[in-house]
Amino acid sequence: MERNRLLPSGRVGTGGGVETSRRTLHAVTQHGTGAGCPAWLALIMHQVEIATTRETLLDSPEMVLNMGPQHPSTHGVLRVILKLDGETVIDLDCDIGYLHRGMEKIAENRMYTMIAPYWDRLDYIAAVSNGLVWVETVEQMMGLVVPPRAHYLRTILTELNRIASHLLWLATHALDIGAVTVLLWALREREEILKIFERQFGARLTCHAWRIGGMPNDTYDDFEPDIRRFISNFPTRLDEYETVLSENRIWLSRTVGIGVISAEEAIAIGLSGPALRGSGVAWDIRKSRPYAAYADMDFDVPLGENGDTYDRYLVRLEEMRQSRRIVDQALDNLPDGPVNAKLPKIIKLPIGDYYHSIEGPKGEIGCYLVSDGTAQPWRVRVRPPSLINLQALKQMCLGHLVADVVAIIGTLDIVLGEIDR
Amino acid sequence: MITLTFFAPINFLDDLLLKFFSPETINNVVWPFIQIGLVVTLVAGWVAYATYLERKISAFMQARLGPMRVGPWGLLQPIADAIKLLTKEDFIPDKADRGIFFIAPYIAVASAFIVMAVIPFAPDWGIIADVNIGLLFVLAVSSVGVLALILAGWSSNSKYALLGGLRSSAQMVSYEVAMGLSLVGALMFARTLSLSGMVNAQSADSIWYVFYQPVGFLIFLVSGIAENNRAPFDLPEAESELVAGFHTEYSGMRWSLFFMAEYAAMVVVSAVAVTVYLGGWYFPFVYRFTEANGHHNLYVIVSLLVFIIKVLVVLYLYFWLRWTLPRFRYDQLMDIGWKWLIPSALINIVLSGLGIFLVQALNGWRGFKTMESISAGLNLTATGKALMIAMGLIGLIITGLLLSKITESGSSGFCQNRERQRPGLRFEIQM
Repeated sequence: MERNRLLPSGRVGTGGGVETSRRTLHAVTQHGTGAGCPAWLALIMHQVEIATTRETLLDSPEMVLNMGPQHPSTHGVLRVILKLDGETVIDLDCDIGYLHRGMEKIAENRMYTMIAPYWDRLDYIAAVSNGLVWVETVEQMMGLVVPPRAHYLRTILTELNRIASHLLWLATHALDIGAVTVLLWALREREEILKIFERQFGARLTCHAWRIGGMPNDTYDDFEPDIRRFISNFPTRLDEYETVLSENRIWLSRTVGIGVISAEEAIAIGLSGPALRGSGVAWDIRKSRPYAAYADMDFDVPLGENGDTYDRYLVRLEEMRQSRRIVDQALDNLPDGPVNAKLPKIIKLPIGDYYHSIEGPKGEIGCYLVSDGTAQPWRVRVRPPSLINLQALKQMCLGHLVADVVAIIGTLDIVLGEIDR
Repeated sequence: MITLTFFAPINFLDDLLLKFFSPETINNVVWPFIQIGLVVTLVAGWVAYATYLERKISAFMQARLGPMRVGPWGLLQPIADAIKLLTKEDFIPDKADRGIFFIAPYIAVASAFIVMAVIPFAPDWGIIADVNIGLLFVLAVSSVGVLALILAGWSSNSKYALLGGLRSSAQMVSYEVAMGLSLVGALMFARTLSLSGMVNAQSADSIWYVFYQPVGFLIFLVSGIAENNRAPFDLPEAESELVAGFHTEYSGMRWSLFFMAEYAAMVVVSAVAVTVYLGGWYFPFVYRFTEANGHHNLYVIVSLLVFIIKVLVVLYLYFWLRWTLPRFRYDQLMDIGWKWLIPSALINIVLSGLGIFLVQALNGWRGFKTMESISAGLNLTATGKALMIAMGLIGLIITGLLLSKITESGSSGFCQNRERQRPGLRFEIQM
């Protein structure tokens, strides 16, 4: 109990209400029998006292449940403090910061090229996309022209990374709702992408994919056949997931109408990515402020209608199909040429500030960079989509059951490495 | 036919025992002990290998290999697991109610294993105890298992465990109603509560009651899954929400006792489903080729194999469902129990009664002959059987219609937004 008192919300932690009431019951029982009164009277008193203690047990319908940071479905070290009435959520509070590594501060003491690997570890599920934000911000701020082949390769690989990230989301989201088999199916396809990454970048998860000015090296020999093979198999695999989930009545009843957020609310909170498009807001940075080679690509942006968990699920599945389309087109039109621009030995940016963002798998991931003209940035600020999407959690969860909280955390597709930085 | 010298030792054992005990003692004391010992050992082994089976089957469904390291094809994996669990620390939380915390796993295991006593594995010496209220015994004892889960959840003094325990109590109490009601239809045909009596009735009528009682069978299967806390009804231990539900705070052997109880209960429910609906040990032609030729022990052993194979088929169904379907939410689960299963079980009872009445009324009408006799169970002619099977199908259709009506009438639960089966994506934009 001492440990619990230290927590901000009082009765959080194990024990709490249950323990207290049981102890009261025990004390009352002892008192009743030890009073020296006749046996029948003691018995009646005992019954009455049990009845009254029961009432005290029922007096507090609320229970505070501490979910995480060690919990199987908070996707890392998110701690959610739930106030429950029965199993209905009546209040909710998020506690973050368990994975804080001070990346923004570290960046102030590093050269521009040295900062890039830290970005790979923000959203470690989508390291390739994250890395792109940083290098593009620096390139654009210093006015560097990147060769078109590098742009195309960036497009291909970030889209593959989007597929990998969405697959991991699908795997964990389905697992949270109880469909275990989808987890392993989705990881099987993700594995193929990771193999391509491993051969291209030398790493599977925290790929340090880009360099300022282009790419560290050109593609490996079987790069195109590998990707072609993957994208030719992928649609049938997606159909498999759809067979298991999309029309499954249990899946529908667990996701339709759960965690609804309207377009206005979504914009007000600042949601981005599939969480925003699930509510029907047409906002995709690949279309509105094209970067890399997206301006040359022909693809659609899927939109949801109801802003519920099921719509976000459909949006992400369709995004995977569209990503496949983009990869296909980019491979067809892949230009020849160098993959790297000429760079000065030490990069110094002009004095000023710059904001650049891309459409990461989880939403708009942005970088606000303030330079004082030296070889190190004066301030780097990350716009983490997960953190901002997480702000919608309370609004989405209120009135739903505990099981829905898990589904909603899953549908927001958060990564704690990015939230805590 | 093969000769029977291989099975002779069973008779030899009888002769040996007769030297030491009177026939009554052998029948009432010695044999039961031997049988109990055998069943407990075998079922414990079966439970261990059911985990292996489940891991292999799930691996097969998920495009992977499953256990492969311990022994050939990982066959020794359950033994390795058992050794690991036995040597693990038996951790008890500081604030737990120690007495109850200790005893809860034993209640769970005991209630699951005791039910085995009345299950007829095979004719003759395959029956341990032929209790004349066998079915009631099964329902009564397996419901004691609920107590174990509540006690475990309460005594752990953890909120996740408490929620799991409460969920399980509500779930099992409501599904027991549907389970009991679904069995009534089969009882009307068998006219006995004794489980071996039910098998006898089915073999005398040479039919499995699943053909007469498709609705009852489906309800029994569904509520059996829910009763055992198996996916998609595994809410008490829903690992994504409640960590591990009622056994969150358990570790080592105590945890594995719960696990054993779950698998044993699964075997029990499958066995009851097989006994009541799938003819138990009865399989066409087995009797004719063995017992009728004087091979009694062979008959028993083949029947035992038939029974085990049937149970394995039902178990496979359980595994299959678990690794295919997502999990229900708590309120949806309650909706299914109270709004779907119990009404359909009641309809099933009415329709079964109607069917039996019809068969009896039609017997002798305009030269129709529907019944042979009514001594043990209902003994129908081919016409009568066709009639009853038709009634069963009609029952299936009526129940389906009723359920869709219930669904349409709208509720917060399982089937809201049914019209939105596949909304698809509304529109795609080209900005």
